[in-house]
Amino acid sequence: MSSPSNGPALPARTYPKRPAAVYFYATCLVDLFVPEAGMDAITLLEREGIRVIFPEGQSCCGQPAFSSGFPDEARKVAASQLDLFPEDYPIVVPSGSCAGMIRWHWEKIFADDPTLHARAAAVAARTFELAEFLLHVVGFQRRDEGEPIAVTLHTSCSARREMGTHLVGRELLARLGNVTLAHHDHESECCGFGGSFSLKHPDISTAMVSDKVAALKATGAREVVTADCGCLLNITKRAEKEDLDAGRAQPSLPGEHLATFLLRRTGGQVAERS
Amino acid sequence: MSAQPNIRGGDTRPIAFVSAQALRERMHEAVNDPHLRTSFRGAMDFLMAKRAAQFPDESELASLRTQSEGIRQYSLSKLPELLEQLEANLTRNGVQVHWAADPDEANAIMLGIARRHSAKTIVKGKSMVSEEIEFNHAMEAAGVEALESDMGEYIVQLAGEKPSHIIMPAIHKTKEQIARLFADKVPGVDYTDNVDALIQIGRQVLREKFEHADIGLSGVNFAVAETGTLCLVENEGNGRMCTTVPRVHMAITGIEKVVEKLEHVAPLFSILTRSATGQAVTTYFNMISGPRKPDEKDGPEEVHLILLDNGRSQAYADEQLRKTLQCIRCGACMNHCPVYTRIGGHAYGTTYPGPIGKIVSPHMMGLAQTHLLPTVSTLCGACGEVCPVKIPIPELLVRLRGEAQSAPHANPAMVGQGAGYSALASFVWRTWARIYARPANYRLFSWLASRFRMFAPSRQSGWTAARTPLKPAPRRLRDRVRDRR
Amino acid sequence: MSSRDRILARLRTSRPAQPLPLPELDAHYAPRARNESTPERVARFRTGIENFHAEVHLAGEGDWPAVLARLCAEKGVGSLMYGADTVAGRKLDPAAFAGTVLRPWAGSIEDIKADLFHRTDAGFTQTLGAIAETGTLILWPSEAEPRTLSLVPPIHFALLDARNIHATFYDAIRAGHWADGLPTNALLITGPSKTADIQQTLAYGAHGPKELIVIVINAEGAVQ
Repeated sequence: MSSPSNGPALPARTYPKRPAAVYFYATCLVDLFVPEAGMDAITLLEREGIRVIFPEGQSCCGQPAFSSGFPDEARKVAASQLDLFPEDYPIVVPSGSCAGMIRWHWEKIFADDPTLHARAAAVAARTFELAEFLLHVVGFQRRDEGEPIAVTLHTSCSARREMGTHLVGRELLARLGNVTLAHHDHESECCGFGGSFSLKHPDISTAMVSDKVAALKATGAREVVTADCGCLLNITKRAEKEDLDAGRAQPSLPGEHLATFLLRRTGGQVAERS
Repeated sequence: MSAQPNIRGGDTRPIAFVSAQALRERMHEAVNDPHLRTSFRGAMDFLMAKRAAQFPDESELASLRTQSEGIRQYSLSKLPELLEQLEANLTRNGVQVHWAADPDEANAIMLGIARRHSAKTIVKGKSMVSEEIEFNHAMEAAGVEALESDMGEYIVQLAGEKPSHIIMPAIHKTKEQIARLFADKVPGVDYTDNVDALIQIGRQVLREKFEHADIGLSGVNFAVAETGTLCLVENEGNGRMCTTVPRVHMAITGIEKVVEKLEHVAPLFSILTRSATGQAVTTYFNMISGPRKPDEKDGPEEVHLILLDNGRSQAYADEQLRKTLQCIRCGACMNHCPVYTRIGGHAYGTTYPGPIGKIVSPHMMGLAQTHLLPTVSTLCGACGEVCPVKIPIPELLVRLRGEAQSAPHANPAMVGQGAGYSALASFVWRTWARIYARPANYRLFSWLASRFRMFAPSRQSGWTAARTPLKPAPRRLRDRVRDRR
Repeated sequence: MSSRDRILARLRTSRPAQPLPLPELDAHYAPRARNESTPERVARFRTGIENFHAEVHLAGEGDWPAVLARLCAEKGVGSLMYGADTVAGRKLDPAAFAGTVLRPWAGSIEDIKADLFHRTDAGFTQTLGAIAETGTLILWPSEAEPRTLSLVPPIHFALLDARNIHATFYDAIRAGHWADGLPTNALLITGPSKTADIQQTLAYGAHGPKELIVIVINAEGAVQ
């Protein structure tokens, strides 16, 4: 059993003071597939007294095209998003991979255009993954009102290696008095999603997600929590398929977004599931 | 033991790396082989734990990686000058330097040396570059025996296979399989799966070879320009045997392996052994600065160095792709790769498997053969995280995906640019960009997707092979946000 | 145009106009060049090389030949090959070795190959020094002490002067001005030869020595 990795040493980030308002950049996956996670993240932030602005023009950070090897298409889409954040508010993203795209890769895809590059850099500097924002900017600290429960945490590779926020998720969960975090085997290993990888190389993707689901289940935890909807869908839809194939009525590995879990545990009203 | 084992077991077909185009079938086979899955997972876990134990101090690791990356980048920034300096100093030391543009030229040079010495047997230390040029095959075709002497390489050669890992070539084999192999192929050997006994069998067979071989061949880990020195890293002593006992030593290496100063090898050597097998140091670090001098009593009378390009200068020509050449061949990227762990080294079909193989093979073999390789990654970043010289492997994979899939154009950065071009895929992404780059289009598209969610297909390409289908939510987040206000 | 010229021309057209800055190796190594006493350094060296399966014995500057003779007897070394024309070699007295035949290296390897490979139980060499950080011996073979002495016989005895142990490999290179002139072959040796190529199982005695025995002199104060 491999121990949880402490991950890479990323440059330490300086965090702003708690702002009056934030932009919420939901990501295309949350908008269309897991809107309740987005709602719960918004509620969490508003409950802390922060005004949440949802830019209507938001679509996608461009990552799907970028990582598939279509940088021109990624650039077009990313360029369309640069105007969405006129005020100097932080931009909060409920996904490590989309936050990582904005924070590190936007500057690269606009490297040849000084104007767009400067704007992308300015946006990147105030883009935060939700969990790190909750911990380091908000200083999230609420009483855990739930029953004692053991959960397990999956951290996306982008959160771990691009945003360095894998310890942040652990720390947020540690602040919930009745929650025990069960570490799983090969915790730092990828769940096998990889965007188009899961479609292009289903054999390997299946092997990876099956191993991940098995490791998560082996902890005996009641559910898996993650701050990335790509991983969440990959893991829970795999677990659902296993349940279906085995004829199980009860989900063997329910999962939810970290925002939903935090809100529910601390007495908040979670959004209606779709 | 005096008998000569028939290393091919009667099979005279040339052993060659298979085309990377057959990748899908091999990956499918590999990933569904439970034995292979278990053995690679176990081996990779072992190597990951060993490496981690070598770096208890994160700040020391961070500093050492920075130094190592800096040395490699500095060296590459002066590569043509350093190669000339290396050549001049080696020549002064009495080493003969040869340059080869491609595998054929390298093999021809070495065959020429072998012929000049009427060599019958070449005994080989571990050299991935010799695998890259299919050296054994070329020698065999010319009637010269090329015998691997690294235990792992000896085992895979005996089995008629290729290395599945650049550091541990026989990592895909169990001791029982090796025991059976030895009993079948090495005359006079009974079945034993005692590892010490198996190693002693290999030792006996190969000592005979070291004693009588005409030529020794080796790779090079670092070539030092200022002193004209070839450095070799190894544990077994076979590298020293090959470079010391036969009358002729041929070393072959890629042009990128040169560093300027001798002191530069200190941090690189340290981070290499710790990253590769999790050892603080290897048993031997062998620094060769010339052939035997007139009053010396041993060592080769002739030393040759073959500097191989084989696509490296193509990588060098592009500032981003040049980072590929920082590699010191430790194999940590494959040890930490979740894909390599699932499919093992043979499935890639290339000399260098795993993450480093995906970024270096396209330069050696062209994208026409290798354009699928960069797609076999989730971009999880584990490789880049452990790379001792900080090669941004995921970034390079993304770049190569672009080179492969973009429409063929003039002055490409790589041979085979556009080999993975698909009009359909390009159309899909162009359409995607048209939708996502215009808010009105996206709003309409996502509204339609959400509204007609019941039409979401139940079979969704590779996704539903292992998962329940994805279905858009009945109301998008933006709808729910608007309703709340 | 030769391949050489084509390769170099291609590299020249694409290399950066200015070389990148040289990394500051001293800054990395300075904290590692510990100010330690000889016994402390010997202790670190010893721990390191013992981890790699070598044996270490401390001896006095005067009595190390006797220690070597005793160790040869204990290990049943029938024949020991060495370089007679070295500082250490001149101190070996065949009469002091009971049961071990001392064989000075004579001629070139081609003359004595069969003896070396099949009829020599042990080789004896001096060392240039050692590296404390990893427990590594430094050997600079010479015409008086050929390279194969430390490679071919199943046992390698090495004599180390504790005053020549450096903190790191980097320090050894710098302090000894290695870049000014290396022998045709220089070696770092850490333990007997080994392999883990069969199922990651460590086995000693791969192709080189099966045993490495280090006799350390001038280690006054080091724990026996």
